[in-house]
Amino acid sequence: MISRREFMQAAAALAAIYGGQTPWAKLSASEHKISQSDLLDVKPYGNVTLAHITDLHAQLKPVWFREPSVNLGVGEAEGKPPHLTGEEFLTHYNITKGSREAYALQSIEFQSLARKYGRMGGVDRIATILKHIRSERAKNTLFLDGGDTWQGSYTALQTKSADIVEVMNALKPDAMTGHWEFTLGAERVNEIKEGLDFPFLGANIFDNEWEEPAFEAVKMFDKGGVKIAVIGQAFPYTPIANPRWMIPNWSFGIREEVIVKQVEDAKKNGAALVVLLSHNGFDVDRKLASRVEGIDVILCGHTHDALPEPVKVGNTLLIASGSNGKFVSRLDLDVSASGVKGFNYRLIPVFSDVITPDPEVAAIIEKVRAPYEKELSRVVGQTDSLLYRRGSFNGTVDDLICNALLEQRDAEIALSPGFRWGPSLLPGQKITVEDIYNVCAITYPAAYRTTMSGEQLKAIFEDVADNLFNPDPYYQQGGDMVRVGGLGYTIDTKQKIGQRISNMTELKTNKPIDLNKDYVVAGWASINEATKGPPIWEVIENYLKDHTPVKVDANDSIKIK
Amino acid sequence: MNKFTRREVLAIGTTAFATVATVALSSSPFALAEAKKTPKSLLESFTGGKQVNEGKITLEMPEIAENGNTVPLSFKVESPMTKDDYVKRVIIISEGNPRPDVATFNFSPLSGEAAASSRMRLAKTQNIIAVAELSDGTFHMTKTEVKVTIGGCGG
Repeated sequence: MISRREFMQAAAALAAIYGGQTPWAKLSASEHKISQSDLLDVKPYGNVTLAHITDLHAQLKPVWFREPSVNLGVGEAEGKPPHLTGEEFLTHYNITKGSREAYALQSIEFQSLARKYGRMGGVDRIATILKHIRSERAKNTLFLDGGDTWQGSYTALQTKSADIVEVMNALKPDAMTGHWEFTLGAERVNEIKEGLDFPFLGANIFDNEWEEPAFEAVKMFDKGGVKIAVIGQAFPYTPIANPRWMIPNWSFGIREEVIVKQVEDAKKNGAALVVLLSHNGFDVDRKLASRVEGIDVILCGHTHDALPEPVKVGNTLLIASGSNGKFVSRLDLDVSASGVKGFNYRLIPVFSDVITPDPEVAAIIEKVRAPYEKELSRVVGQTDSLLYRRGSFNGTVDDLICNALLEQRDAEIALSPGFRWGPSLLPGQKITVEDIYNVCAITYPAAYRTTMSGEQLKAIFEDVADNLFNPDPYYQQGGDMVRVGGLGYTIDTKQKIGQRISNMTELKTNKPIDLNKDYVVAGWASINEATKGPPIWEVIENYLKDHTPVKVDANDSIKIK
Repeated sequence: MNKFTRREVLAIGTTAFATVATVALSSSPFALAEAKKTPKSLLESFTGGKQVNEGKITLEMPEIAENGNTVPLSFKVESPMTKDDYVKRVIIISEGNPRPDVATFNFSPLSGEAAASSRMRLAKTQNIIAVAELSDGTFHMTKTEVKVTIGGCGG
C-alpha cells in the first residue's frame, strides 16, 4: 500500500525525472516539433511496468478522433475527471490551449489542430511503443488489453474479427477482457478465445443456468520479482446494452462480491500487486475502488476517457487510457512483497506522424486489409461539416445518421444509439466506405421502421437517461444518450427516472409530442432478435449519394436544464 | 405455509439451489386463497409488528436485471446456526410485483448455514426486501434495488 509519505516520495522521484514538470506540461511547452523519444523516453522506475490499451474498436490505422465537448457527470462524479471538458480540463491539468496535448485530449479548435498535429493511433505505432517499453523492461512488463478491441471496422465485420485478432496477437498481450467482442456471438468468441496465446478474462461472466464461472477470472504473473494478479472484469451490462440472444448462456453484472473474493484469493496466493483489468466504465470503477479493499491498480475502459494523470481512490490508482488507439498507458510501479511503494505514469499519445510504424505489424495490417482495399477506399461522398460522435446528447455523426434514417426510411422520428466509438471526419474530407463502417460496423445493423406512441418514446428516453444519469454509478451503463432526429426535448439530468425528460417536440411541426399518438420511427442497432430492415451502412450510403457534400447543421434541439 | 421438498421445488422450475432450506413459494396455487397483501402488511404479518433491524443479512442481486423474467437472488444471514442461536426463517418481499410475497425459506440448526439462492420474476424496477427471523425473536432486514430496463444503447 502507498502511504502518504511514500506517495510524496514517488511524486518527488517523478519531479526529478521531469525536472519538476509533468510530461504533459513538457510536451505542451515544446509545441509541435517533437520526436519519438520525447514521447517514449521515460526513466524506468521500480520493478513492474503495466502497458495498457483499451477500446481500440478495431482501428488498425491512425484516425482523427474528437473528444467530447459535453460529458456530463452526475452525483459524486459531477465536475470531476473524467467529466471535465474544454477549458476546465486544460486548466485542471495545466495544459496549454492549442498544444498537441490539448488536441489529443480535448475538443477545442479540433479542426485546425487536427490538421496541424495529424492523425492519432495505428496499431503499428502502438507496436513500436510496446517494443520500446519491452526493450527496457523485458522481464518486468505486462501488456494488458481492456477490450472493445475486436469490433468497429469494415474489415473486422467482414472477417468476423480475424483481422484484428491476427494484428493484436503480434503485439503479444498478456491478457484481455471484453464487451463488444461478445456481439460476435458466443460460438465465435469461444473459437477465437481458444486460439489465443493469452487468457480472455472475465471474473464477472457466469453461466446463467447454474451461476458457475464461464470465463477464466484471474491470471497470476511473475514479473520483476513479484507475483501479480490480473483480474478481468468484462462490461457488466453486455446482455442489456447489446443483444442477449447472441450470448444466451452468459450472465454478467458488476458482481462486487465476486471481485472481493478474487482479490482475497489473489492475496492468499501471494500476489504483491493486484490489478483489475476492467471494462466497467470510469465512474463504476471509481465507486468499486472506494468499496473493495486491496486493488492496487484499476485499468479502466469502456467510457473512453483519456486522463493524463491517474485518479487515486484510497490506495487504488485508476488509469484511463482513452480509445481508438490514441493512447498507450505506461505505469511503472515499485512493488515489493508487501505492496506498492510508488509509481510513475505516462499516458503516451500515439501521434502517428511522430512515432515510426513497426514494419512487421504494418505488414500484417496491410496483409489483412489487402483483400478489401478497393471497397475500403471507395468514395461515397464528401463532408462539409466536422463529423464526430462523442457528446452526452449528440454529435454530428449521429445527426447525419438520423437525417439519413428520416429520409431513407421515410420516418417522422429517428433514433441512433449512444455509441462512443467511431472516428471523426474533417470538413472537406471525402467519405469512404471505410469511414461509414467505422461509425456503424455492428453485427445487428438492421435499420428498422416501426411505430411508437409518444408515451413509448418518452419511456425510452427516460430509461436510457436513467442508465446514464443515475446518481449511483453501479446503475450506469456508460454509453451516451440515445440520439434523436425529428424530435427535441428538455432534459434535467438531476431528476429521477420518469421526470428527466420534458417538452418533447416534433421539430417538423413544432408541436408538442402527443403521448397517445403513434409516430413512424426509424432506428438501428435494435437488441431484439430478427429485427428487419436494410443494414444501416446502406441507408447512410444511399443518403450520401443525394447529399454530397453533406452538411450537418448545428443541433440545438436538446435543451439541458 | 406449504412446504416443498427440494425435488418439488426444482420441478416447479422457479427455484434452484435451495438446498439448505425448505421453501414456501408464493407462486403456488394455494396462495391464491389468501387475502390481497401489500409489502407492508406482509412484513407486519411476518414480524408480528416487532421492530426490524438493518444488517446481519446480505442479499445479492444484480443492479440491473438481464432478464426480468428470471432474476437470480442469493442471501446469507450471519449466524452460528447452533441450537441456541440460529435463523428460523427468511422472507423475500417484492415492492413492485403484483404479489409482494416471493418466498419464505425455513431453516433449522441442522441447515448448517442460513443461505440460499433462487430466482424471481420482476414486473418492473423495484426494491427487493429480505427479512430474517432469528431464534431469539429478533428480525433483521436488507433491501436492494433492481432495475428492469429497456436497454440497448450502451457502449
